[in-house]
Amino acid sequence: MSTLQTISSLIYLVSAICYVLGVHMMRSPKTARQGNRLSAVGMFLAVITIIVTIIIEGKIDAIGWVVLLVGLALGILYGFVKARKVPMTDVPQLVSLFNAVGGGAAAVIGIFDYLLKGDGASLSVAFSLPVLLDVVIGGITFSGSLIATGKLSGHVSGKPIEIPGSRILNILVVLLILVAAWFMIASPTNVWFVTLALVMSLAFGLLMTLPIGGADMPVVVSLLNAFTGLAVAFAGFVINNQVLIIAGALVGAAGTILTLQMADAMNRSVANILAGGFGTGDSDTGAAAADVPVDVKETSADDIGLQLAYAHSVMIVPGYGLAAAQAQHEVAELAKVLTDQGISVNYAIHPVAGRMPGHMNVLLADVNVPYEQMKQLDDANPMFESTDVSLVIGANDVTNPLARESGNAISGMPILDVDKSKSVVVIKRSMSTGYAGVQNPLFALDNTQMFFSDAKKGLQEIVAATKQYLE
Amino acid sequence: MSQELFTNLAIFVLSLLVGFEVMSKIPATLQTPMMSGANAIHGVVVVGAFVIAAEANSTLFYILAFLGAFFAAVNVAGGYTVTDRMLGMFDRKPAAKKEEADQK
Repeated sequence: MSTLQTISSLIYLVSAICYVLGVHMMRSPKTARQGNRLSAVGMFLAVITIIVTIIIEGKIDAIGWVVLLVGLALGILYGFVKARKVPMTDVPQLVSLFNAVGGGAAAVIGIFDYLLKGDGASLSVAFSLPVLLDVVIGGITFSGSLIATGKLSGHVSGKPIEIPGSRILNILVVLLILVAAWFMIASPTNVWFVTLALVMSLAFGLLMTLPIGGADMPVVVSLLNAFTGLAVAFAGFVINNQVLIIAGALVGAAGTILTLQMADAMNRSVANILAGGFGTGDSDTGAAAADVPVDVKETSADDIGLQLAYAHSVMIVPGYGLAAAQAQHEVAELAKVLTDQGISVNYAIHPVAGRMPGHMNVLLADVNVPYEQMKQLDDANPMFESTDVSLVIGANDVTNPLARESGNAISGMPILDVDKSKSVVVIKRSMSTGYAGVQNPLFALDNTQMFFSDAKKGLQEIVAATKQYLE
Repeated sequence: MSQELFTNLAIFVLSLLVGFEVMSKIPATLQTPMMSGANAIHGVVVVGAFVIAAEANSTLFYILAFLGAFFAAVNVAGGYTVTDRMLGMFDRKPAAKKEEADQK
């Protein structure tokens, strides 16, 4: 090892330590931000090290510098502006976009090195195999994440897209990947096989994500995050760089655990989600309207305003519909109107409220909802009995009392005990089911009233009505 | 198996184990920022973009190097920025108040 290699390896080790400690610190709300910054420091060290290394080695030519620096500058600008400007509701699709480019970069590195070293030379399995894994996983992540981004942002339909003959197509694609793999190892000088592997992986990414419904997308994004980590780790094998291996494997493992926890919180299994075709989360399209519970009581914004104005304690239960309608500003305004009159307002936040676990906390924090008012499941549930009005906004399955009974799709899922409060108001676009596809008996209870409206518009009317009674 | 491959494989497996260990039980509140934070870390692929750019010597390779640099830079710059923004929202309240809320 030359002196340069020794020093750079040691610095890479320090940056790897920064990532591990950073992730560790991100487990607690108090240290999370410092944790992310520590990990950024590690990244900075690694980048400085590689810059110094390629300058000292002096192999890079002028055009190399130009493409590198222009590529980096454009990428940093684009990434930074996107990340600064994105509304907090759109974070999941942004993370997915970053997965796509991360996986894409890893695949590019694999292809580059394969073409460079495969030029006439015979390659060992020890080289071809990591290239293959890098290109295949990177390719799947790239196309799969772009579809996930499209689905979450509405550019691609959130409904499960069934491709005719998809099973046969899937088998064909996998077979072609295996063929390409075999030839990449057996006849490593033929560049067409790495191209075939790449194209088929891209196709597989599409086939994998298209049939999955929009509501399950966050779990898919998390899974693809883990995939990207692995692709990066294999890119590290290809160019023999340990910091890529360590960081990639760390993300691969951490992403896998996170995916399992998310799926668990949503009462779904990862295998189930990947099988696809389950639901869209946006099922308020009236598909299940035929099977409506009878005897629901409808109410008006005016009546809700009256109830709220005379309540002592109000519990807001925000759900997916609130995030989808981007109504967090309106809900915060309503809460402020009430708290200004001395009415106690809290938010009961289910672990999977919003688009993905923890997302609702981010959305509410974004509109300055005080941290103390956000009650997690275990803290919120004992409070319902002393709550005058529970305002359920665009949430369904997480309030469904059927979860306490056995023998249905949501049995055993932890729920918010909304039905125990004195009065329940549900703001919802229609009577259709949540994405579990189960009817919610809460809506038919004696103390429940329904207000059929888009969350944003409905809340605006309620705010106006409430103000009128409070003046 | 070469010494180099063996070393890399050992590092890979041990890093996976560290990842599993570090990640046990994340509070739901932090799962979204955590995913985003992990996302930023795989931006380390930017180091690889430098490595290939240093070896590029033909049009095809320059294009690949450009793509690699652009993709990786989006990942790393965007990933850290958006994670920091998200976590900053939990930070707005003074730390003392937060602790009080946690103890309740």
